Amino acid sequence: MTVFLQYLVNGLSMGSVYAIIALGYTMVYGIAKMLNFAHGDVIMIGAYISFCVTSYLGLPAVVSVLAAVVVCTVLGILIERLAYKPLRQAGPLAVLITAIGVSYFLQNAAQLIWGATPKNFTSIVSFQVPAFLKAYNVSAVSLVTVVACLVIMAALMWFTGKTKMGKAMRACSEDKAAAQLMGINVNRTISMTFAIGSALAAIAGVLLCSYSPVLQPTTGSMPGIKAFTAAVFGGIGSIPGAFVGGILLGIIEAMAQAYISTSLANSIVFAVLIVVLLVKPAGLFGKYVPEKV
Amino acid sequence: MPQFLKNKKTRHDFVTYGLVILAFIVVSFMQANHMIPRMIAGQLVPICAYIVMAISLNLVVGVAGDLSLGHAGFMSVGAYTGIVAAMSLAEAVPNDGIRLVIALLVGAASAALAGFIIGIPVLRLSGDYLAIVTLAFGEIIKEVVTCLIVGVDERGIHALFNLTGKLTVDDLGLTETGFAIIKGAQGAAGTETISSFFAGFLLVMVALVVVLNLVRSRTGRAILAVRDNRIAAESVGISTTKYRMIAFVVSAALAGAAGALFGNSFSQLSATKFDFNMSILILVFVVLGGLGNMRGSIVAAAVLTILPEALRQFSDYRMLVYAIVLIIVMIATNNDTLKNLISRVLPKRTSLEEEVRADA
Repeated sequence: MTVFLQYLVNGLSMGSVYAIIALGYTMVYGIAKMLNFAHGDVIMIGAYISFCVTSYLGLPAVVSVLAAVVVCTVLGILIERLAYKPLRQAGPLAVLITAIGVSYFLQNAAQLIWGATPKNFTSIVSFQVPAFLKAYNVSAVSLVTVVACLVIMAALMWFTGKTKMGKAMRACSEDKAAAQLMGINVNRTISMTFAIGSALAAIAGVLLCSYSPVLQPTTGSMPGIKAFTAAVFGGIGSIPGAFVGGILLGIIEAMAQAYISTSLANSIVFAVLIVVLLVKPAGLFGKYVPEKV
Repeated sequence: MPQFLKNKKTRHDFVTYGLVILAFIVVSFMQANHMIPRMIAGQLVPICAYIVMAISLNLVVGVAGDLSLGHAGFMSVGAYTGIVAAMSLAEAVPNDGIRLVIALLVGAASAALAGFIIGIPVLRLSGDYLAIVTLAFGEIIKEVVTCLIVGVDERGIHALFNLTGKLTVDDLGLTETGFAIIKGAQGAAGTETISSFFAGFLLVMVALVVVLNLVRSRTGRAILAVRDNRIAAESVGISTTKYRMIAFVVSAALAGAAGALFGNSFSQLSATKFDFNMSILILVFVVLGGLGNMRGSIVAAAVLTILPEALRQFSDYRMLVYAIVLIIVMIATNNDTLKNLISRVLPKRTSLEEEVRADA
């Protein structure tokens, strides 16, 4: 039983990281309707910034997280302005290939700046966990990750539900032309969404690397793809969906690694996704929109 | 002019065949006179494999309109079954050429089977959901292949599925004359490199003939109708699933043959080669070459494979330059303002949509 709970804790903490990334993904997808493959690489940049601030400048962890958030937010807005905005009217494939180009660019830029050798990331949190929790493999990082994930989800629910900007975002994701006619500045709203998504990516990057400390230019790609899977799993565009999808994906992955096979863990995660999409084509929490003539 | 060449589309296809044959003759001539740098000469067979991959993916993405992000998976299936076929027949069929043809056929058949099985669930979806599920299948195939251990001796082919990661080649229980072909995570090692540039050229021609004839046929018109408007196509009695499936399976078979060609051109090949990045690489060829435009796919696949090799002197910066070029090309060809600007400079250029329609 203890062993099972330990695996569950592992799954929950990894799942929370996926959930944070998936929340960013789902926000961007909901409004821009694009598979932003560069999202995973923004995570990696965030982790590198945090690494530099703590290791080279010797500043405290909180400052490094703030620096990562600021840099990634600016980066997200820049990417949107330079690469995606000129393609607002273009087809989805053109945008997809551009996103892949941005992803290559970020990975190779990171390799030029920081080199291909993996950096050893020191965890940003290091407080003592009570002994009874430690028995279940609960680490400081996993506690912080789960709490951060819950706080972020609640904040996003409040933001999209109650604030003026959040309402504008929902309007834009429903119908951009109609939103514009209602006096919403669509371009600013999209920029704002990318800013939020990238800020979340920065936080996720720091937490991801605190959890598994190997930091290299490709660190973000696989978690990025998995988090996207999580977002689709929960119903893309839905905030609670991304949260539940992320947590479930983390738990399924941990259980598959523990009880079936380490080398097939990703396959099992993807197989579950396929089954879910066949039974519920719009994901667990997604709205099914029938095709109209 | 013969009767069949009066059709503009047929003429267009024959020009494509002619250009490919011409390119083959020129490259062979250059090769015979040692005019090709060694770096690129080694890439000739992979380039042929990439060209076939681009043509086959273009059938799914450009002609059938389904975005597939897992095409490397079919290449992987074809590569490994092709390697096993070629290696296990080493004694029975001593002729390299015939053995390669058998390997290509085996690779194509097994990839087509995989395409059919995967197509059943995948083609129930569309759009981004279809894309993410093909991505998922691509990753699954990659991991499953990583778990395979295959060997051959005089009693036949032996295979193990290495679920726990603890099994090794010794667990196959091969006799003394037997040898391992696929060694799990290490991939295939010690493969005889029987692929040749001529075989690659023939495969490109076969792929072109198959795809162009399919597109021009009644079936091809049905596939185009499904791409352009699924509901309208359904309302005139076209079975959308059936025609998308035809495109998907033909494409998978060609990808499998390309994989077999690719696999048999390297002495060492690990399964991680056929990952998500490979699928994306092929998709970039297709999109930059033009959706539905087979000639464009061929040019893009060849140029974009040679370009990074040619840029090797800028070693560290070449992928960065590649990424920037990719973004700029996408923006320049898809942004309305820029497109108008270009059309003012080159007034007679047809728009991209018209090109797609004319070529497809």
